[in-house]
Amino acid sequence: MSQGHLHALYHHGRSRVHRLAPHVKLVALLLFISAVVATPREAFWAFGGYAVLLVVAAATARIPAGFIATRLLVEIPFVVFAILLPFIGGGARISLLGVSLSIEGLWGAWTILAKGTLGLAASIVMSATTQVADILIGLDRLRVPRLITAIAGFMVRYLDVVAGEMRRMRIAMLSRGYDPRWLWQARALATSAGALFIRSFERGERAHQAMIARGYRGHMPEEERSTTPAGDWLLALAVPFVAWVLGAVALAVGR
Amino acid sequence: MHIPDGFINGATSLGAGVLAAGGLGAGLRWAGRQLKERYVPLAGLVGAFIFSMQMVNFPVGAGTSGHLIGGALAAVLVGPWVGVVVMAIVVIVQALLFADGGVSALGLNIVNMALVTVGVGWWSFRMARAVLPRTTRWVIAASGVGATLSVVVSSLGFVTEYAIGGTGAVSIGTVLAAMTGVHVLIGIGEGLITGAIVAAVLAARPDLVYGARDVATGASARRGRLGAFVAVGLGVAVVVAALLSPFASSAPDGLERVAIDLGFATQEGEHPLAESPLADYEVAGEESGVATAAAGVAGVVVTFGVGAAVLAVRRRRRTRRVGS
Repeated sequence: MSQGHLHALYHHGRSRVHRLAPHVKLVALLLFISAVVATPREAFWAFGGYAVLLVVAAATARIPAGFIATRLLVEIPFVVFAILLPFIGGGARISLLGVSLSIEGLWGAWTILAKGTLGLAASIVMSATTQVADILIGLDRLRVPRLITAIAGFMVRYLDVVAGEMRRMRIAMLSRGYDPRWLWQARALATSAGALFIRSFERGERAHQAMIARGYRGHMPEEERSTTPAGDWLLALAVPFVAWVLGAVALAVGR
Repeated sequence: MHIPDGFINGATSLGAGVLAAGGLGAGLRWAGRQLKERYVPLAGLVGAFIFSMQMVNFPVGAGTSGHLIGGALAAVLVGPWVGVVVMAIVVIVQALLFADGGVSALGLNIVNMALVTVGVGWWSFRMARAVLPRTTRWVIAASGVGATLSVVVSSLGFVTEYAIGGTGAVSIGTVLAAMTGVHVLIGIGEGLITGAIVAAVLAARPDLVYGARDVATGASARRGRLGAFVAVGLGVAVVVAALLSPFASSAPDGLERVAIDLGFATQEGEHPLAESPLADYEVAGEESGVATAAAGVAGVVVTFGVGAAVLAVRRRRRTRRVGS
């Protein structure tokens, strides 16, 4: 988590998935993940089906498998937790290759791995095919309060600026031969952080004044909304639709 | 720690989502009154600052580095309502743009990392301010206390959610012990860094620190106060350990250790030195609550001492190697 936040997960391409309207993709993502989360853990086949759906979506978007695999690494802390579960879990135990494992723990590990990975992979496919600005427009069209999308927009736009400033401060410190590592050296980093806060705050004030100079009256101007082609909805919702059918069957059968 | 999809069941996630929406809604309203029409650019830039801070690795102690959560820092610097808004939007952006934290767990993550950290951070900051003298020095100490408690209580929030709708098979006591054990240490780091950052801002622009508006702005923070931070942080750690270790005594030693490893593994880089004394004290934990609390306190003190000593030796060796 210490790196990788600077640049969003966008993977440039011109596929059909890239060109879908962003709010359609967001709805599809939410519906797909809710199907995954609601599916009973015993329904192995349903989870297999979800994985196939994601592979199809990723292939249509022409996202390389390696791209998704590296982005999946965010999950590692929870994978470690999941691997521990069978060993530390309570309840009935079974012996597997001479190792005593908790049955409940095995189920827990499976649930976390399957649902967590599918959810994460789905999010990656969405953010890999949608530019940051488009995701915010999509949220706007889904009636997320404008205030939230406007602040998020500012945050994302200035993230590179603020993080770049931070990097330059660190380089300046390193180039003067100071590389703080221990607790008693934290002051240098904290002082830079304090300076960074002041600069960010003042930059915000300047941005506000610049906005006023351009006619800002406390609200961002409304953007005109084009209608979404029905084909977009059909194509994007096909994935969660199949997922919901699988989930419904799994819930009905109970496994 | 961003919770992924499927870690906590759907009903609990949904409930947390409602809670998060309510908290964010209230935050947006009150923050609007505070910032007026400067709202959007200022909240956006403070958000970019918090976001960047979460990417920096700070030395946490005993040579381990971790990164800031920043909830209490945001609360002290820009006030609780703007803080809630900023932290919640940081979490939303991380989930949707960076696939960090599950989309279905968004509510849970907002509750833990925005509502709880800012709320507890601000509340305990105010409480500490109320009993402490009204000087810059004590504002800094109070923000450290607030930040430490915010991290610990945030981990308790996770345990509560796990107790309500966890999908794992581990008993609540085990999770509680593991989470608080790790997060007391992380919290101390957060407290020290938050205090130091607040001190830096107070020294340059005291008017920007929302939580210190009532303090005379003429008195700027003096330099050389790190010793005081360490002392205050250690004091908080001792108090927290005394209060929490009676709960922790039911924990199996193995998980405690692994979880601490794991907690640090998520923060980058592992240093196996810090946890062993604590782990030993876990094992030595006796039946009575008082004895366990004492063991917890001793654990913190010994951990700190041993960690500092070992690292001082290492550092000297490193310096010598560099020198030769």
